[in-house]
Amino acid sequence: MTAVCPALLAVLAVAGAVLLLGAGWAAGRWQARRGERAAGLDLGTPVERATFHTLHTASLAAPPLRAGLTEDAARKAARRLRSLLGTEALCLTDRESVLAWDGPGADHHERRAMARVAVMLESGRSQSVRTECQRPDCPLKWAVVAPLTGEDGMLGALVAYGSRESAVLVRAATEVARWVSVQLELSELDRSRTRLMEAEIKALRAQISPHFIFNSLAAIASFVRTDPEHARELLLEFADFTRYSFRRHGDFTTLAEELRSIQQYLALAGARFGDRLKVTLQVAPEVLPVALPFLCLQPLVENAVKHGLEDSTEECRITITAQDAGAEAVITVEDNGVGMDPALLRRILAGERGGSSSGIGLPNVDERIRQVYGDEYGPVIETGVGAGMKITIRIPKYRAGVHSSPSGHQPPHP
Amino acid sequence: MNQTYALTAVAVVVVVTVLVGALGLRISRTTSDFYVASRTVGPRLNAAAISGEYLSAASFLGVAGLVLLQGPAMLWYPVGYTAGYVVLLALVAAPLRRSGAYTLPDFAEARLESQAVRRIAVLFVVGVGWLYLLPQLQGAGLTLEILTGAPHWVGGLVVAFVVSAAVAAGGMRSITFVQAFQYWLKLTALLVPAFFLLAAWAGDGAPRATFDAPAVFREHTSVTLAEDVRLSLDEPLTVTVTGQVDGRGYVAAPLTLAPGAHSVRAHARLEFAPDTPVPDTRAESGLGVSSWSEPLSGGRPEHRLYATYGLILATFLGTMGLPHVAVRFYTSPNGRAARRTTLVVLGLVGAFYLLPPVYGALGRIYAPELALTGDADAAVLVLPERMLGGLLGELLGALLAGGAFAAFLSTASGLTMAVAGVLHQDVLPARGVRSFRSAVLVAILVPLGGSVAATDVPVADAVGLAFAVSASSFCPLLVLGIWWRGLTPQGAVAGLVTGGGAALSAVLATRTGLAPAGWTHTLLAWPAVWSVPLGFLTMVAVSLATRSRIPAGTAATLARLHLPENVAVDRAWASPRRSEGEGTR
Repeated sequence: MTAVCPALLAVLAVAGAVLLLGAGWAAGRWQARRGERAAGLDLGTPVERATFHTLHTASLAAPPLRAGLTEDAARKAARRLRSLLGTEALCLTDRESVLAWDGPGADHHERRAMARVAVMLESGRSQSVRTECQRPDCPLKWAVVAPLTGEDGMLGALVAYGSRESAVLVRAATEVARWVSVQLELSELDRSRTRLMEAEIKALRAQISPHFIFNSLAAIASFVRTDPEHARELLLEFADFTRYSFRRHGDFTTLAEELRSIQQYLALAGARFGDRLKVTLQVAPEVLPVALPFLCLQPLVENAVKHGLEDSTEECRITITAQDAGAEAVITVEDNGVGMDPALLRRILAGERGGSSSGIGLPNVDERIRQVYGDEYGPVIETGVGAGMKITIRIPKYRAGVHSSPSGHQPPHP
Repeated sequence: MNQTYALTAVAVVVVVTVLVGALGLRISRTTSDFYVASRTVGPRLNAAAISGEYLSAASFLGVAGLVLLQGPAMLWYPVGYTAGYVVLLALVAAPLRRSGAYTLPDFAEARLESQAVRRIAVLFVVGVGWLYLLPQLQGAGLTLEILTGAPHWVGGLVVAFVVSAAVAAGGMRSITFVQAFQYWLKLTALLVPAFFLLAAWAGDGAPRATFDAPAVFREHTSVTLAEDVRLSLDEPLTVTVTGQVDGRGYVAAPLTLAPGAHSVRAHARLEFAPDTPVPDTRAESGLGVSSWSEPLSGGRPEHRLYATYGLILATFLGTMGLPHVAVRFYTSPNGRAARRTTLVVLGLVGAFYLLPPVYGALGRIYAPELALTGDADAAVLVLPERMLGGLLGELLGALLAGGAFAAFLSTASGLTMAVAGVLHQDVLPARGVRSFRSAVLVAILVPLGGSVAATDVPVADAVGLAFAVSASSFCPLLVLGIWWRGLTPQGAVAGLVTGGGAALSAVLATRTGLAPAGWTHTLLAWPAVWSVPLGFLTMVAVSLATRSRIPAGTAATLARLHLPENVAVDRAWASPRRSEGEGTR
């Protein structure tokens, strides 16, 4: 014990010294940097600094307002706006009711505030009025009511309370109300942009090419006499395929359903091309329930068939795989067809060249997948002239808002 | 035990697992027949896969070990492990599937529309997954140690290596087939030897296992202790000692120990005469052996009832929050299939759990000295050699070793995949296959490090801790999220942090040995009794206080969770179809 003690003490002393040295060094650095900053950085005149402060407060109030004039947004914004105006109390209303009240006096002023807002909404101009509050301790003596306007007229009002009448407050409140109005207009813009995007997705839903319908019917017709049973089967496939493709509800489906539609498509294409079409499937059953945009694989298979069959006379091999990769499914569609010049493909995807036979589906699928999952999930295409084409798509197993709506119907054949 | 047979069995299990993983997909699904290829995983296959993933080392080795030590009271473990699926079946399975969530954080986001809840859920998924992986790797270490005498960290390293190599090689593509195969392998590995052992037991005159009195050595037995042990005796005990007892060295000297406590140093060899009772042991190194021998009491018999309830709550409510179980429900095509899957799981898991207690009881009769050396988890592995001997005993022992390794492999790979999926999605910055592989490495290396560093806690006990954390965090989130409209993101965050956080800190305090002895230790070692209600109450109270923050889409989300999929579709289809029909008429 006695032998251990001095050694321990020595170790402790060294450790303490090191710590002290380190702390001293850090403190010195900090002092030095503070000095540098104070000397080297010009923070501006008091007026400029006040402006910066105001702009900063305003920028803090902006994000909640971009969600529109809701209770939640108003509550978050009201606090910032009151510190911006420096008033006793501030309230935001829509046309019917008070959305948020920041500061004292909510209990007895709230109801009367709406009466004043109603008056103001009729005139449409900001007003400064006496609150005629009976309570001696209540600081809210004067109120400035300013309108909040959107694209379709007045949405509500901003009411700022002060202890005395002040032209400055009137002016400031009006300006702040105007600034809030701009944010609200931006929020409306945001919403209409989202609506536009939704409409775009709907419009982008792949459509069956008329050629395919004509060709399929012609192929079926050729079997009607020679093999009526086969013709009947093909007609049923055709019915199922069109039912799936024309369905209205839901933007998303499951991989299993998409594969079923591909099977129907290939059965019809096979009727036309016979043994030249060879298809291999490699599907991990774990990913069959994955939800994905409606008709986002079928156009790729259609492309593969076109590349493999229509532009050559050789046998066409198409390989479709779906693998399980943790939180994602990796789907590939590969053909051994004519391929494509990558530069041309890039132009088609960029929308500079309308796809003729070279694939109307590809840019469409590309765009929809990017819209739903983001750019990092865009399809990866490997191709070259005469080298076939391989398209790889990664689909996350879960994405907020993506829910498959199954067709709920079973194919009539076994 | 013959190492060659056992090692061959382990190697065969590893190779077959990798092969089924890599080739199963090719054999079964490479086809031009779309009808076959797009057939989803049926309830029976999925249930076998869930069971295969679920039945871990705790079930295969731990339950038998605990029954050997403690007797029938330990049957609460298999009962709890199974009954968790009843709760899952009744409250969670179908709605969880219908939510479309892949992981539990996905569910949190889908239900509460909040990134904050999602992030907290990620923390708990990773925490629970790692707590659960730890005993798997430790158990693998124990198995290899018994089979080959290798250091205890080798087994964990082998499992970690096999799992990450299989993933890195792009294997495990048909994980469902692998896991289903592992279930049947584990069942066979326990069932076949059990028949032989029971036959041998019947041939031996069917001796009864005594659980109310200390176990008794049936024949002359010599035990070499691996660590320092404190024996507490109620009656005088006569042993032949080579080594240090109570500070004095003996060489093959007969010794009669008086009632009371005696300390025996590691590496001492004790030889017991037939019909000597097996002494009670307590490790000198703190937690280790004391919770071996009295896992439910924390050292004091009067806490037994509390500890039992702690175990019941943790296992009943914890199953639903295990990351590798929740993930598997995604494979079911719809909510109804998910429910049927759970029902089949109940049957499969229930059938499996009939077997480990048999081994425990036989171990009590034929291998009582395991209680002394702290290797009770090995009971399953040594019984065939002990009871049958010869080539048959060795072959059956090898089968059991292979089954045990299958248990580590399947649970470890399932957990690793689940944790890696969450890490890949929410923690690591880059996306893509390569980043998933690095996520797998992170997911397995952290618990591997922990398994080398952490103290020895019995496998079944350590798994119980993971259950407790899961029950206190995800059970409130899932049950309230599915069945209560009033849940708010703020409430969910508060409940997760309070309930789950409390359970997690209690568990960590227990595992690092920081908890003081006595009631505090019991409370911390079995936190579910107080942490589950704490989680529920916090979630409800904070949700009620923040009632204005109920997510806007709650009604739609709950409708989707509870309506069968085709009902929702029929409603959407109803009007256009009818109008079409009228139009053509």
